[in-house]
Amino acid sequence: MNGKAIIALEDGTVFHGSSFGASGERAGEVVFNTSMTGYQEILTDPSYKGQIVTMTYTLIGNYGVNEADCESWQPWVEGFVVKEYSKIRSNWRSEESLSDFLNKYNIIGIERVDTRALTRHIRERGAMKAVISTIDLDPKSLVRKAKKSAGLIGRDLVREVTYGEVREWSRKGKYRVAAIDCGIKYNILRLLESHGCKVTVFPAGATAEEIKAIKPDGLFLSNGPGDPEAVSYVYNTVEKLVNDGVPTFGICLGHQMLGLALGGKTYKLKFGHRGANHPVKNLKKNTVEITVQNHGFCVDIESLDERDVEVTHINLNDGTLEGMRHKKLPVFSVQYHPEASPGPHDSVYLFKDFTDLMEKHRAKKN
Amino acid sequence: MPKRTDIEKILVIGSGPIVIGQACEFDYSGTQACRILKAEGYKVVLINTNPATIMTDPMMADSTYIEPIIPEVIEKIIEKERPDALLPTLGGQTALNAAVAVSELGILDKYNVEVIGADIHSIKKAEDRESFKKAMQKIGLDLPMSFQVDNMRDAQSALSKIGFPVIIRPCFTLGGVGGGVAYNNDEFKHIVQKGMAASMVGAVLIEESVIGWKEYELEVMRDHNDNVVIICSIENFDAMGVHTGDSITVAPAQTLTDKEYQIMRDASIACIREIGVDTGGSNIQFGLNPRDGRMVIIEMNPRVSRSSALASKATGFPIAKIAAKLAVGYTLDEIPNDITKKTPACFEPTIDYCVVKIPRFTFEKFKGADTTLTTAMKSVGEAMSIGRTFKEALQKGLRSMEIGLSGLEDLKTEPSPDQLSERLRVPNSQRILCVKHAIANGMSLDELYEITAIDPWFLHNMKELVEFEGRLKSVSRKGLAASGKELLREAKEYGFSDKQLAGIFGTDEITVRRHRKKIGLTPTYKLVDTCGAEFEAFTPYYYSTYEWEDESRA
Repeated sequence: MNGKAIIALEDGTVFHGSSFGASGERAGEVVFNTSMTGYQEILTDPSYKGQIVTMTYTLIGNYGVNEADCESWQPWVEGFVVKEYSKIRSNWRSEESLSDFLNKYNIIGIERVDTRALTRHIRERGAMKAVISTIDLDPKSLVRKAKKSAGLIGRDLVREVTYGEVREWSRKGKYRVAAIDCGIKYNILRLLESHGCKVTVFPAGATAEEIKAIKPDGLFLSNGPGDPEAVSYVYNTVEKLVNDGVPTFGICLGHQMLGLALGGKTYKLKFGHRGANHPVKNLKKNTVEITVQNHGFCVDIESLDERDVEVTHINLNDGTLEGMRHKKLPVFSVQYHPEASPGPHDSVYLFKDFTDLMEKHRAKKN
Repeated sequence: MPKRTDIEKILVIGSGPIVIGQACEFDYSGTQACRILKAEGYKVVLINTNPATIMTDPMMADSTYIEPIIPEVIEKIIEKERPDALLPTLGGQTALNAAVAVSELGILDKYNVEVIGADIHSIKKAEDRESFKKAMQKIGLDLPMSFQVDNMRDAQSALSKIGFPVIIRPCFTLGGVGGGVAYNNDEFKHIVQKGMAASMVGAVLIEESVIGWKEYELEVMRDHNDNVVIICSIENFDAMGVHTGDSITVAPAQTLTDKEYQIMRDASIACIREIGVDTGGSNIQFGLNPRDGRMVIIEMNPRVSRSSALASKATGFPIAKIAAKLAVGYTLDEIPNDITKKTPACFEPTIDYCVVKIPRFTFEKFKGADTTLTTAMKSVGEAMSIGRTFKEALQKGLRSMEIGLSGLEDLKTEPSPDQLSERLRVPNSQRILCVKHAIANGMSLDELYEITAIDPWFLHNMKELVEFEGRLKSVSRKGLAASGKELLREAKEYGFSDKQLAGIFGTDEITVRRHRKKIGLTPTYKLVDTCGAEFEAFTPYYYSTYEWEDESRA
């Protein structure tokens, strides 16, 4: 701890700082997140696999870390960049320091970085490959390594974060839900459970037949990391299930899986949406939801056949697609995170929409 | 929905004389309102007692009445001007109280004047403590135990249920005038009597003490389409028991996890909806038990407040201006964010720096005044500072007070152990310097927390400043030049001024400045942009700091 650390970008930009987590060296795509709270949820969100996360808020670690606020069983980021790591943690729920937590899971943290300069750089030049290191302190060598690193495009990161076997999340519930785990956050599962779902979580590689075997009332498609086009095995499965008429709800990567399954295309955003303050317009209710977002890829509105797909939510900052619904099939999805954690609870109603959809479908069947 | 076309003329009530608890921030908000309403094509009629304000400058309103803000005068103005609407939420408590008074006299009904911003029913629901309590209980929010009373016998019976210490708050006053904390029976009787006299309705609230709890405030805005956003969260350095106007406060909240912050956000949204503030800003205060996290709602101001002015400066989001637009019918998603131009005002600002507000006292002008800080506001002004860290912002704030401090300095005279302990225990304007003195003299943070109830997070940051100053002192004998650029850079990042450094190195400010320039150690300027650099900003609102990149375009 307190040794030197460097983050070097593939375009030659280098930031020096001090280490506050594990030592070592990792490559990833460097992105920024504008949430002022929730660093623990961000660190443990599997969607950040393959990424080095910069927090724009300057003081991080203030309230420590606790078991209950984890979004999976471990942190996934490749590195964590902050302005000032708080040497004190003060909160009645705090169980350990952020530094100890990062050390335990071998995650490199770097502080004393001009995170605003780094953020502005990413905003101007786009999210890019980078290397974070506490062992090689030669900027030129690190830039070379950043250039050579794998990057996100075309890479299947889902395989690395999906839990290897079928899990029963909740044993009771009115609705039998099959969730495809591409890196599912715990709060999605908690909310499905509290909305009366008996959830079976399938690994991302599960086949349509395996999923159909449990006779689900509904299918849930989770969030997850990386390039959606690289996980064709998931959207091919989704396509089969959706066309069978299974009521389906997708979040984030799950929304992108649906987009691809319905014949649409995805593209990479310049620097993505990561934060807890993004305004999304609900076009049906004509109201605005403040949402938490975490995505670097997006479903192209133009690529969707408007005879089949209706746009339900739109981002007010840049007009990108945030939610859609199929006009004939019982299928809907959002690009943002109604499960929050971290972030506002404005969009939790979508979980109720999902159970209502299953209820309606069930009534139709009987 | 676009702006309303069914109203043409709007009466704006100003905030009257500058008094403790209500100063120029309401001139600022009122002026913003007049400007916006005029720009939107409405005829603006303004009443304000105080001619020494910007809002009463010629051209601000179509007609300006410099008259006492009392119902009889307001009625005459209404009779003559025949406004369609009355906007009372941008002139502080004075305007709000005046609006309630004219409404109750039937004046608004008589002349068919519509109250915009917040309706009278909502104002009363928020301001009357008994109805506020009922409303909050209805939406499942916890409050400190309390009883509203209007006579001494009921007051005593309330006391017997709560026990000492107990808070006494008069109903319908500004700046908490006439309230206080009672630790014994004599104090109790005295404060209750004073409070009843100060209250517009002769009533006080006897309340369970949450002294020593953590205190938070959220600035909330709502439009008539029921979109609600949080503009800013504020955490008080001084624990509950000190009026928020007299507290050192920090934005954003520092020691809440996201789970806890979201509970507070949900509570704020539920509160503004239940109270029924249709459009505009409200300020909602919470107390939090540091031991178990029990959260209680303390109060809600259904108007633009002193904290809104702070939140506007802290985030770059112009609350008063937006509140005026919302009052005439716009929705948040229809109003552009002035700073980014491309994104709408319907979002929640995120900040990438730390803001510290420090109250300014002038007890030297009030000989014999009790300088203890309690629930009645005593400060006459404040300074707000921005830094990348709390440590930097705290030092900048202290030297902006214009009370001769150039940062977190030492006390001028060494207090005796008894004096120190008293000044740490009982909140007062010098307490922050006493905290520093105690840390520098080896008092443990646990003990300090026990005595002051100031959160350990703040205390530890102060300790880091004290320790760093110690490091500087230990090398000071070698002289400035020999101390190295890295150490001086760190000193500047920690917010040490050249004058402080001059004191430590035994030289003068100019010498430090020259040396600093020689070694290329100069400030950088960063933008306040509402969005943590996610979008390009067009408004030149900067703060200075010591970082690697300078964004100034000058």
